[in-house]
Amino acid sequence: MSMLSEWRDYLPDYLDGLGVTLELTGVSLLIGLPVGLGLALAMTAPQRAARWPATMLVEIGRGAPALVVLYFVYYGLPQLSLTWSSFACAAIALAFTTAAYTADIFRAGINSIPVGHREACQALGLSRGKELRLVVLPQAIRVVIPPLVGFCILLYQGTSLAFAVSVPELLSRAYSQASITYRFTATLLLAGLVYAAISLAAVALMRARWPRRAPSIASGALPAGRPASAGTSKDTPSDRRVQ
Amino acid sequence: MDTLLSELAAGIPQTIAITLASFVMAAVLGLPLAVLRRSGAWWLRLPAVVVVEILRAVPPIVWLFLIYYSLGSGDWLRLTTFQAAVIGLGLIYAAHLSEAYRAGLNAVPAGQWEATRALALPRGQAYARVILPQALIVVVPPMATFAIALLKDSAIASVIGATDITFHAVQLTQQDLNGLGNFTVAGLLYIALGVPFAIVARSADRVLSRRLVGS
Repeated sequence: MSMLSEWRDYLPDYLDGLGVTLELTGVSLLIGLPVGLGLALAMTAPQRAARWPATMLVEIGRGAPALVVLYFVYYGLPQLSLTWSSFACAAIALAFTTAAYTADIFRAGINSIPVGHREACQALGLSRGKELRLVVLPQAIRVVIPPLVGFCILLYQGTSLAFAVSVPELLSRAYSQASITYRFTATLLLAGLVYAAISLAAVALMRARWPRRAPSIASGALPAGRPASAGTSKDTPSDRRVQ
Repeated sequence: MDTLLSELAAGIPQTIAITLASFVMAAVLGLPLAVLRRSGAWWLRLPAVVVVEILRAVPPIVWLFLIYYSLGSGDWLRLTTFQAAVIGLGLIYAAHLSEAYRAGLNAVPAGQWEATRALALPRGQAYARVILPQALIVVVPPMATFAIALLKDSAIASVIGATDITFHAVQLTQQDLNGLGNFTVAGLLYIALGVPFAIVARSADRVLSRRLVGS
């Protein structure tokens, strides 16, 4: 019984699971990114009343483990007499985590714009909406794309947590195959390979597109210690070798 | 509320133990990985690159499953949930920390290397006496940040049955059906446990930004 022939049997089921994984990733991004941008705008707003609730939410989203957030949604919603599918629960939880993390990325992007630009907008009498739409966001987008792509890869891996609330994604398929066949090595190894293949391909694309090194994927640690101003070379060392 | 806290507090030692043990393992293994990746010889560099990339390309939960169910339940090796969690998280974070170490090593000015050559110091000595002492200071803030990430990722160990905070919260919820309360408290516990690391990161950052101005 060779592992390859086993894998051939598992693969169709796994690919279904991968479909669910990618769907979950997509839905979480669709909900989480706009909310993250909104939170970032609130965090950088001049009014204190807008700043602190947003900051609070982001701190909670970044400080609590994603798995705990997931359980909170999954076990907590029924108490509010809301019964949703486990897929919906996973999407909500991951969207919240996405919003918290990307808010920080967006905020760093917004803060990377020289103060003079914003002052110029005020001097021209632009409304705050126009200032954001015409001056701030178009420039910030360039700064935030690499870390956002890095986050997408993280999120794709993070969807494996949905196994814990029995969403039939990739890892769940591997686990249920394993519990039928008792062949844990073959089943889990193939799942790992499928995860790795897509992650590595995405990382390779990212490095090809932004050779000046997008932040590396780190489970939840990045963007960290990153100064708001992209101009300092203090702790964003490029991969220069010693010349 | 008091009983709830004491129920979940039962998981605190396990959460802290997993986090600290994995962190020590990661800090020890991460450095040689980083040094290998900077080596001039490709046969030393390549394995390190492959190991780091593979460790980071697979979700932590999958690693823990592989280590616990496949590696650690054979006839020749029996791992407890705690050991499996520490090995898995320790390896994954060794890969992450090696990147932090590498950034620290890259932050040492090239002139320092040149000076060690001028003194004819062997490469090993150059690392040990000149380069590492300067690099390790720079690594402190990212290290503290990774420690927080590791603390949060330790919750995954509950899925293979390690009796940490999250595990206790799930158990308790299955008895009292109070998911909202239990997981709110669990989340706050994790946030609270992360505070010391955050303080270390922030103060080290302050010290560094003072030291590195003009470097």
